[in-house]
Amino acid sequence: MARSNTQERPSRLFRNLSAKIAAVPMILTAMVVFVGFSVWTVVHSFTKSGLLPRLNFVGTLQYERLWNSDKWLISIQNLVIFGGCMLVLSFVIGFVLACLLDQKIRYEGVFRTILLYPFALSFVVTGVVWQWMLNPDFGVQSIVRGIGWESFAFDPLNNGKIVMFGVVIAALWQGSGFVMVLLLAGLRGIDDEIWKATRVDGVPAWKTYLFVIVPMLRPVFVTTLVIVTAGIVKVYDLVVAQTDGGPGIASEVPAKYVYDQMFLNQNLGQGFAASTMMLLTVAVIIIPWAYLEFGGKKRG
Amino acid sequence: MRIRFLLGATVAVCAAGVAHAEDIEVTHWWTSGSEAAAVAEFAKAFDATGNKWVDGAIAGSGGVARPVMVSRITGGDPMGATQFNHGQQAKELVEAGLMRSLEDVAKADGWRDIVHPASILQSCEIDGEIYCVPVNIHSQLWLWLSNDAFEKAGLKVPTNWEEFVAAAPDLRKAGIQPLVIGQQPWQAALVFQNLVAAIAGPEVYKQVITDKNVDAVNTPEMDKAFAALVTARELATGSNVQEWNQATTMVIKGGAAGQIMGDWAQGEFAIAEQVAGKDYTCLPGLGVSDIVSTGGDAFYFPAIDDPKIAAAQEALARVMISPEAQVAFNLKKGSMPVRSDVDLTAANDCMRKGLDILANGTVVDGLDQALSADASNQLSDLMIQFFNQPDMPVEKVKESLIGILQLSS
Repeated sequence: MARSNTQERPSRLFRNLSAKIAAVPMILTAMVVFVGFSVWTVVHSFTKSGLLPRLNFVGTLQYERLWNSDKWLISIQNLVIFGGCMLVLSFVIGFVLACLLDQKIRYEGVFRTILLYPFALSFVVTGVVWQWMLNPDFGVQSIVRGIGWESFAFDPLNNGKIVMFGVVIAALWQGSGFVMVLLLAGLRGIDDEIWKATRVDGVPAWKTYLFVIVPMLRPVFVTTLVIVTAGIVKVYDLVVAQTDGGPGIASEVPAKYVYDQMFLNQNLGQGFAASTMMLLTVAVIIIPWAYLEFGGKKRG
Repeated sequence: MRIRFLLGATVAVCAAGVAHAEDIEVTHWWTSGSEAAAVAEFAKAFDATGNKWVDGAIAGSGGVARPVMVSRITGGDPMGATQFNHGQQAKELVEAGLMRSLEDVAKADGWRDIVHPASILQSCEIDGEIYCVPVNIHSQLWLWLSNDAFEKAGLKVPTNWEEFVAAAPDLRKAGIQPLVIGQQPWQAALVFQNLVAAIAGPEVYKQVITDKNVDAVNTPEMDKAFAALVTARELATGSNVQEWNQATTMVIKGGAAGQIMGDWAQGEFAIAEQVAGKDYTCLPGLGVSDIVSTGGDAFYFPAIDDPKIAAAQEALARVMISPEAQVAFNLKKGSMPVRSDVDLTAANDCMRKGLDILANGTVVDGLDQALSADASNQLSDLMIQFFNQPDMPVEKVKESLIGILQLSS
């Protein structure tokens, strides 16, 4: 009797066994790659590892050095400038473009392709292209001067104070189209009845967009925000291709600091400390957000 | 059946690869015209011993190539031999037992007697054993001047740093960039190194750079060097080139009057068919003191557990230090040989000056030799920041320099 009883009620562990077995590789990958290697990195950030990882602990020495380093502080500052500009501008530009394309214009597909096209290029290509575009001798400046405005000066890449904005221009050129496409997809998902209702009530179109459509697009905005933010934190190749951190160290970014420390300075400990700080920053932003977004409601 | 056949074939190919153990892959980052020609001399000499040189050139500079080399060695896919700069770049690899000792070869062939200056072999020595073959000496302490530029400005070509500084205002008036420094960070560190060696003097240079003596930073001699550093920043304002050879090209074309650069710049002048003394002037130690530094390249051999490969590695080491290969290689490379008993009659004026100083003058350690990769890159970052921030006070440089020296000692 007891035996048949267990057969009727298998333990929870073995319910949906095939699904659980199928998930094992992913769970293992997540545990080993994401959790395991992160812990390994954090542990080694407290060591004096040079070219090779070693467990010769030195306490918080690497972190003290990190926060005393001009290069790191400038990197953080640049990331804030770059991130702030990118978030605000790519969303504004992307949303405006999406709204314009949403007006049921002719040849929409052509415009959409043109605007999204830069996203198909790698950051390295974007960086090199904009390095030439912003070069005073044969880029924007020389073209404007050629037209006749002789005193026109626009040379961001050789001026440490504004070099980050030169990088932002390139990143916007590449990324805005992507934001546009995501938001456009969201706009297309809005029920026509909403538009009819606001038209009946005599609400102007711009007001409908701002106060009705934008709140309805919240899930799309959140997804886009996560993707764009992740791109901002890990920005590396664009800077390397466009300015290589210059002039001087004026356009250094954290990801480049990590690479430089690990592979040029042969100082793994310092690189690990910097990447731990990056992980911490991301965690500080992501965890409260994820809690608010997913923690409250139970979706079953 | 088919799979088994393929597997069998693969094993056979692998076995064949092992049987030809005399194939030695050599990785290096010598890809420019003169560099490739120079390394081909080694390949030719090595092939003549019956072995085969498999060229593993990695494009880009050392900063690109070194991470690739290191990850191959640590990742268990070592090459037969690999280039590094003299000094501490491969120190940890040696300490981890990944590199083989050349002590037996060195002792048998008496390297300690033939290599001159001795410091260049000492850089290969870890715990009393020799781990690398030095192949050349590049002095980093040179000022290159364009005779054309000074003629255009109606000036006499300077013979030392002070005259050069004095000429700067007139050069500016003539529309010539007095001093050109590229934006690569190491170039800025090289300028600093030159100023310390020439202005503060070799004694202070040894105390600060080689011995990392923090007290020596606060001496009147170093203050003079720091003052010269500020002057150099003023003279370099307006130079917006990136690579060192672009900067050299400016000097060749007369758009810039001078560049502080190692003797590898000579290759660029040679390609442009310029003649030393007529078209350009070279001043060792900024014309202030007769001094050369001993940076350069060396080859390291990863430890591979195969007697045939080990034998081929020894053969390669012997080839690289042999008088014939030294002459052929260094003439093409524009560097100085690591032994003084070879005849370099074909050397040009500038190289001859360098060789004379190497024989009779003061010799100091190059940056790569004296500092760890960590310290020298920190120094580069500090200097490139200084040269790009006109408002950065020299006191801050001093403070940061002390910090870097303390960290690395």
